[in-house]
Amino acid sequence: MNTPPLPENADAANEVTATPERAEYPKMRGGLAARLLPQTKFGGPIPWVIAILLALVVIAAAGGLSLRNLAENARADLSGAVTVQIIEANADRRSALAAEAASIVSQQPLVTSVRIVPDEELDALLEPWLGAAAGSDDIPVPSLIDVELSRSASASEIAQLQSALDGKVANARVDAQSDWLKPVYDALSALQYLALALIALVAFATAAAVWLAARSAFSNHRETVEVIHLLGGTDAQVTRIFQRSVVRDAAFGSIIGLALGIAAVWLLGEQFAALDSGMVGGGGLGWSDWLIIAAIPLGGVLLALLTARITIKLALRSML
Amino acid sequence: MSDRPSEIVKFDNVGLRYGTDPEVLSDLSFTLYPGSFYFLTGASGAGKTSLLKLLYLAQRPSRGAIRMFGKDMITLPRERLPDFRRRLGVVFQNFRLVQHLSAFDNVALPLRLAGTHEGKVIKAVSDMLDWVGLSHRAQAIPATMSGGEQQRVAIARAVIARPQLLIADEPTGNVDPEMALKLLRLFEALNNRVGTTVVVATHDVHLLKKVPDSLIMRLNKGRLSDPTGALKFPPRSGNGGS
Repeated sequence: MNTPPLPENADAANEVTATPERAEYPKMRGGLAARLLPQTKFGGPIPWVIAILLALVVIAAAGGLSLRNLAENARADLSGAVTVQIIEANADRRSALAAEAASIVSQQPLVTSVRIVPDEELDALLEPWLGAAAGSDDIPVPSLIDVELSRSASASEIAQLQSALDGKVANARVDAQSDWLKPVYDALSALQYLALALIALVAFATAAAVWLAARSAFSNHRETVEVIHLLGGTDAQVTRIFQRSVVRDAAFGSIIGLALGIAAVWLLGEQFAALDSGMVGGGGLGWSDWLIIAAIPLGGVLLALLTARITIKLALRSML
Repeated sequence: MSDRPSEIVKFDNVGLRYGTDPEVLSDLSFTLYPGSFYFLTGASGAGKTSLLKLLYLAQRPSRGAIRMFGKDMITLPRERLPDFRRRLGVVFQNFRLVQHLSAFDNVALPLRLAGTHEGKVIKAVSDMLDWVGLSHRAQAIPATMSGGEQQRVAIARAVIARPQLLIADEPTGNVDPEMALKLLRLFEALNNRVGTTVVVATHDVHLLKKVPDSLIMRLNKGRLSDPTGALKFPPRSGNGGS
């Protein structure tokens, strides 16, 4: 038998490892690296788990952003206004005091407009609670003066308004309108923190799911990893192989999750819009909010990538 | 080869145990020289596969010192191991082919891991598959191949990158005598033409006679005997001369 021919250029690997010092480890091209693990064609549960978790993040983020917008709009509407109450049982005297208070207040530097709320308007506001008796003189109702300010007033500036009335208009009380809604703002803030906490929890759950999936995949393909190692594959090469698989699954899941989340947010938006409430109307999402929501899948993929990378690197440390 | 160390492998008082079990290899001290051809023989359970695992860097010893390619393998950080594994070609006893890859992709794996240009990979792998008679099975996956075919793929994968040290665990166990001889000739060609040091573990005593200049390492209950005396003294210059 003749001496067998050795394939030409077969010593190409030695081009890389010929030096005794540390060699440069090249990356395998994407398609080749991808083939080293069997492809699941999105058949595993992880893309769908990520899709569900990401949809929850999108809904929570949209809710948080909407609450933030709602609170900011309400605060902007109310923080630039105060109400002056004139508490006087005698109707004629109450009207005279209201006119005098309006005159004094209108001369203050911050004030841009002053409006004495007509009695008919007050009666209409009280009618749902008091019925027809709301318009009766037997029930003394304070006079109200709406005062618009050129900007949001500080506590000391509101105190100055009060002192301008003190001694000149008896029983006049200045209230910042935003103070009335402080409990509402507090509740909205609590809901925003709840949304943030929900996002953090779901992100943690996503990382945990990816960690479990990566460990499971590593365990299933341990034999392949060992062979790759023994043939001179590096930890970085092995890690990249698994990363590719995880990123593909995470990207698929994230896109589905984004679509589900946006659909849910849109439906909720339609429901709230039907309420036709001025305050709720301030909770609409702007383009910057939609940009944040659109970036959530990217965050999901990065989180999955980082989790998979750490998981595989730790798992490889147990191998020689 | 002037830049190569005078020895490829040097074991000094090496022992290996798994867990708390008794040592499976004891007091192994030997040297493998560049360009030599070694047969490793011994009864089943003598420790051949364990010794080969130490040689192909799948296992660290429990004690003793191992130098390969002039470097201390005991203190070598694990991230440096790929440098040295890429100089080895290994034919595993159970082939260890990647089951979802085709024969072509299995053979190409060492070159691709080393970052070889795909054009060179295709040429080299095609030539190698042609030589081991598996061109027509290039796209077959291992599960659809016979034991002999899988063994030839495993051998092709081991030699494709022209390793400096070729380690083969029963490489002819599943092939017919004609193919066994053909494979042995490939190992000899690597040994003679490329200067690859070859270590072949085998039960087949007939195989020992087929390579006249080969050296024999015999394992008995984890201890090494040196029937040719060549493990202690370097062979004469040339290939495998004793």
